[in-house]
Amino acid sequence: MPDNGASQAKAASGATNGTAAETGRQRVRMLISALGMLPVLLILCIGFHVLSEGRFFTGQNLGIVLQQAAVNTVLAAGMTFVILTGGIDLSVGSILAASAMAGLTLSKLPEFGALWLPVSVLTGLGFGVVNGALIALLRLPPFIVTLGSLTAVRGLARLLGADTTVFNPAIPYAFIGNGSLTLIPGVASIPWLSVIALLVILVSWLVLRRTVLGVHIYAVGGNESAARLAGIKVWAVLIFVYGVSGLLAGLGGAMQAARLYAANGLQLGQSYELDAITAVILGGTSFVGGIGSIWGTLVGALIIAVLSNGLILVGVSDIWQYVIKGLVIIGAVALDRYRLQGSART
Amino acid sequence: MNDPILEMRGVSKSFFGIKALRAVDLTVYAGEIHALMGENGAGKSTLMKILSGAYRPDPGGEIRIEGQPVRIEGPLGGRAAGISIIYQELSLAPNLTVAENIYLGREISSSGLLARGAMREGVGPILQRLGADFLPSALVAHLSMGQRQLVEIARALHARSKILIMDEPTTALSAGESERLFALIRQLRAEGLAIIYISHRMDEVYALGDRVTVLRDGRLVGSLDKADIRADTIVRLMVGRDVSSFYKKEHDPDGGRGHPVLAAIDMADGQRVKGCSLTVHAGEVVGLAGLIGAGRTELALLIIGAATRTSGRVEVEGHEVDIRTPGEALEAGVAYLTEDRKALGLFLDMSCLDNINLAVLGHDAKLGCILDRDKARDRANKAFTSLNIRAANVGVSAGGLSGGNQQKVLLSRLLAIAPKILILDEPTRGVDVGAKSEIYSIIDNLAKSGTAILVISSDLPEIIGICDRVIVMRAGRIAGEVARGPDSPLTQEDIMALATGMEHLDAG
Repeated sequence: MPDNGASQAKAASGATNGTAAETGRQRVRMLISALGMLPVLLILCIGFHVLSEGRFFTGQNLGIVLQQAAVNTVLAAGMTFVILTGGIDLSVGSILAASAMAGLTLSKLPEFGALWLPVSVLTGLGFGVVNGALIALLRLPPFIVTLGSLTAVRGLARLLGADTTVFNPAIPYAFIGNGSLTLIPGVASIPWLSVIALLVILVSWLVLRRTVLGVHIYAVGGNESAARLAGIKVWAVLIFVYGVSGLLAGLGGAMQAARLYAANGLQLGQSYELDAITAVILGGTSFVGGIGSIWGTLVGALIIAVLSNGLILVGVSDIWQYVIKGLVIIGAVALDRYRLQGSART
Repeated sequence: MNDPILEMRGVSKSFFGIKALRAVDLTVYAGEIHALMGENGAGKSTLMKILSGAYRPDPGGEIRIEGQPVRIEGPLGGRAAGISIIYQELSLAPNLTVAENIYLGREISSSGLLARGAMREGVGPILQRLGADFLPSALVAHLSMGQRQLVEIARALHARSKILIMDEPTTALSAGESERLFALIRQLRAEGLAIIYISHRMDEVYALGDRVTVLRDGRLVGSLDKADIRADTIVRLMVGRDVSSFYKKEHDPDGGRGHPVLAAIDMADGQRVKGCSLTVHAGEVVGLAGLIGAGRTELALLIIGAATRTSGRVEVEGHEVDIRTPGEALEAGVAYLTEDRKALGLFLDMSCLDNINLAVLGHDAKLGCILDRDKARDRANKAFTSLNIRAANVGVSAGGLSGGNQQKVLLSRLLAIAPKILILDEPTRGVDVGAKSEIYSIIDNLAKSGTAILVISSDLPEIIGICDRVIVMRAGRIAGEVARGPDSPLTQEDIMALATGMEHLDAG
């Protein structure tokens, strides 16, 4: 080949151009995938604002939305850890109820009353660690284990209050549930529940993106066998994520207890796990594990809260709210799939 | 020669403006074995996917089969046009029988019910013609890799395909199974099929190819007739430059073999490994050869604690270490490169940066748990430079890299711990020629710097090219050792004799 050198040089320059274009496209794609469902959230907000004749973007209403999103955000944050490892935690609603019951029951004892908050959280952690141990050490499937604890822990929650509603109008730290943190006196404030939720998201982000453990969580979800061969203690990672999910469910229970001054083992937290899972999926976290971000989960939880709030503002009947919410979820995820087509893994 | 069965004229394919194939002209005749070679990323799989209907070519090109222009569309398009592809990862359903797999998608039914009997009878003659030693009613899960390949071929024949494309069909086969496959491929050629044979292995191309076509950067850079097939010509076409010394072995253990670094004594797992002992010295490259299934990988997994041993102990630099998990092996300085980098090695969705740093994250971390991102970036960038990893930057996900670059990323992870002992399981499997020679020179440099290296490989020329001595396993035991002497080079014959048990016959 006489023109070998020339054609090679041409090929090389072509490759460089290709690489530059490729990098540019990758940037655009990364930006789109980083934004995720944020555009959907914004469109929903603006749409509801218009349809409700300007009642959506008011300080008071936004406060309500944030407050309504808070508990689900906390549960969904824990769920994100679990789903990132390729697992699932169906028991968070039940754990929330049991933790709230344990906390409220304790809060009525005068000498230990102030301890109710840590006890709620630790109760959740305990259940989570048990889930994790069964999954990590006995190698049982997460779906089965947490389906079992969904039922068993619900029973325990009812047992704790002798199947009645426990009230405590004088519960310590009640401000968590109903107070607000004043940012600018008389102008802007943010409910404590939302502050907690945002802190949980922030800490979750730190753990997932800035610690060794975070990388290990993504690694276990991405390829468990490879993680094991790479020297990662897979069992410890699994116990950790289910522990976190339980702990945050316990925190959610405490938040609910402080908000309602009461808890009922049968009713509290029913089907909360579905909202939490929905938020995670809306946030773009892969059900297979290994892909996803905590910010996506926050956006997902906000979408759910905005939908509930907006549909009420617009005056849609309770029954139709269900139908519309379901369709929006399917539509949003379909949009996500379409958006991700052509990327390495969908 | 007769009329071509497949003609591709000016077939191009671009993805978002990137040209994966540039105006490729390929002509294949009935009754020939047409070898297709090229580095990973050269465009072989794109070409295949166009022929199978998975990709639609850019407008402008033309594909003719038996002289008729065809449009191959949809997953069944290839088969409808008479083209069958046998992929590297076989596409059989292991939970179904041989007959059910062959009829998959075209089941026979009578009045709505599956006619299992008719299907079994239907595949009988084809299996017989292929010399299959299993029944149509056998479950695919119970078959060996070689037998599964036969099922794939039977499926192609059953669909009356005229063109059979095989993508590295011997990757998972033992030497004996490969030989049988070659005989079968020649038989199919004699029956008038056109076979497009994709392989990285020069010896296979020599043995089988009637013609060789080489792709590079999406272009067809040359077609050679059988008489002109020569390794150096093909390699030059593939990489676009001369590869003077393919295997690199400059380290010299004879001048002073180091102290023993790894000693595995009487290792057994109760199943596949039956009391194996071996020693590797500092600065030495030891080959671990044997047939597929001889227990080489299993022995390596025992050494690094990824499998449970029933007996045996491991000594590192003369001290016994109790290795029970791969993590403990890494702490002891024993690193293992898996033979299956996609399933067991890499995290394809994670960045190269994370993949490279994974084993040392804890060591580098601030306050014991906070990632040191500067250090990680630094380490990844250094690995990119020193191992010549080609990717846009260290942030891209490992899944998007070519096989050779993926292997180098995985190797970087192991090198990050500065291992005393490196166990490399099929280090160049599925790796293109250019990267192969780079990996050889990495191994050579590590040996020079005193690392003890154990190389498991089924590629005998590779073992002979880079190793100082070769330990051969057979049926879970160490069958013997072949050493390189001043006047006696390592030979494939000596190794194969030990691997197959032929040396007893010689002695007798």
